[in-house]
Amino acid sequence: MRRVISLVLILGFGFYLVTVIGKIAFPSSGEQKGSVGVAIVNNAAEQTGAANAVTSVVVLYRGFDTLGEVTVLFLAALGLSLLMRGERFIAAKIFDESFILKTGSFLLFPFITLFGLYIIVHGHLTPGGGFPGGVIIATGFFIVIMTSDIVRLRENLVSLLEGLAGLTFIGLGIVGLFGTKGSFLANFMGKGVFNTLLSAGIIPFIYAAIGVKVGSELTGAVGSMFLSPYGREENE
Amino acid sequence: MNSLVTVENIVYLASFGLILIGLFIVFSDKNLLKIVIGIDIAETGVNILLVATGYIHGKTAPIFSKLGLKASQMVDPVPQALVLTSIVIGFGVTALALALVVRLYQKTGSLDVSNIRGLKW
Amino acid sequence: MIEYFFLFLVLVMLGSAIAVIFIRNILGAVIVVTVVSLVASLLFLFIASPDVAITEATIGAALTTVIFVLAISRTKKKIE
Repeated sequence: MRRVISLVLILGFGFYLVTVIGKIAFPSSGEQKGSVGVAIVNNAAEQTGAANAVTSVVVLYRGFDTLGEVTVLFLAALGLSLLMRGERFIAAKIFDESFILKTGSFLLFPFITLFGLYIIVHGHLTPGGGFPGGVIIATGFFIVIMTSDIVRLRENLVSLLEGLAGLTFIGLGIVGLFGTKGSFLANFMGKGVFNTLLSAGIIPFIYAAIGVKVGSELTGAVGSMFLSPYGREENE
Repeated sequence: MNSLVTVENIVYLASFGLILIGLFIVFSDKNLLKIVIGIDIAETGVNILLVATGYIHGKTAPIFSKLGLKASQMVDPVPQALVLTSIVIGFGVTALALALVVRLYQKTGSLDVSNIRGLKW
Repeated sequence: MIEYFFLFLVLVMLGSAIAVIFIRNILGAVIVVTVVSLVASLLFLFIASPDVAITEATIGAALTTVIFVLAISRTKKKIE
């Protein structure tokens, strides 16, 4: 009975989606729908010096929304750690992994970290940026934490690193506020030579801060889910 | 048949289908973990719909990788920036929902939605 | 010609999303959701947005599966 009622409701909602949203979002042939995108793509290379137009939108044109996203991710990681942290930490492994898994994860760790750093630092030249690069670095870290019995997760170091990276992000914005430009998160550095590594002003530094913050935050959050004492009958 | 199987039509079919299937799983399933899976599927569908509004047939990605690339050959970069934010926030919501499910299981001992009657007198 | 291949991929994605309703084992359902996220990442490449494709591939396919498997391992009845 529950499935029949939900099927009827879903079909009604689907009818609304196809008629109303389909008429709004369907592309007309050949021209762009919004004029903001046209203006940004036409002026992004000269105004910001970044080769990646999406990066210049995320950091410079809509930088305040990125600050809001960093805040929401911080709140989610905070809620996860608060819910899953008990009085003591117990490792979730019950059996020993094989020798191949332990040494393989140690061997993969420097390559994964190097690849993540490459994606963070080249955020204004190639697709990627701070968010996927930070996630790749976090993945490398918790491959080692989950399979090794020598390396342990240090919660204090991770949260200190995350706090420092967040302070760097807001500090760069405040320097723009009290500096020459006069607005929060303004681009106060020079533009540099187009399509090289040290171009586009403030973008590489903000993306480096975001990448370190996201990576350490996700390591701490997933690590607290991994080491939590809840949910097992033998741990109560 | 030439005008029906285009890239835009297929993308709209994919996004509408994913949203409807995800919502159906949330409405009709009893297992708490499957409800969280349904939320994740619906969120992926919404992200596809948002990116697809900026796509124009035959144009390329908004990155000035080559020297002769003009700005009039590129798609809209603003929906892509918004969806970048949305994917990360969607992961945060899924992680928090899973933490709530684990604590609910620890308190009540079952993963059934109809057993959660905390607000009922 | 490439649109037919694209249509096939999208039908695989919709089929896996429908299969989540009928699979009883939760671990199997999570693996199938990873397939949905993977094909969505390919779909973002067809829409000329490589930034979104990289982000969806790392966050949607890798991290979501890891955190689901960790949550499943904590909601089992007994450890054998």
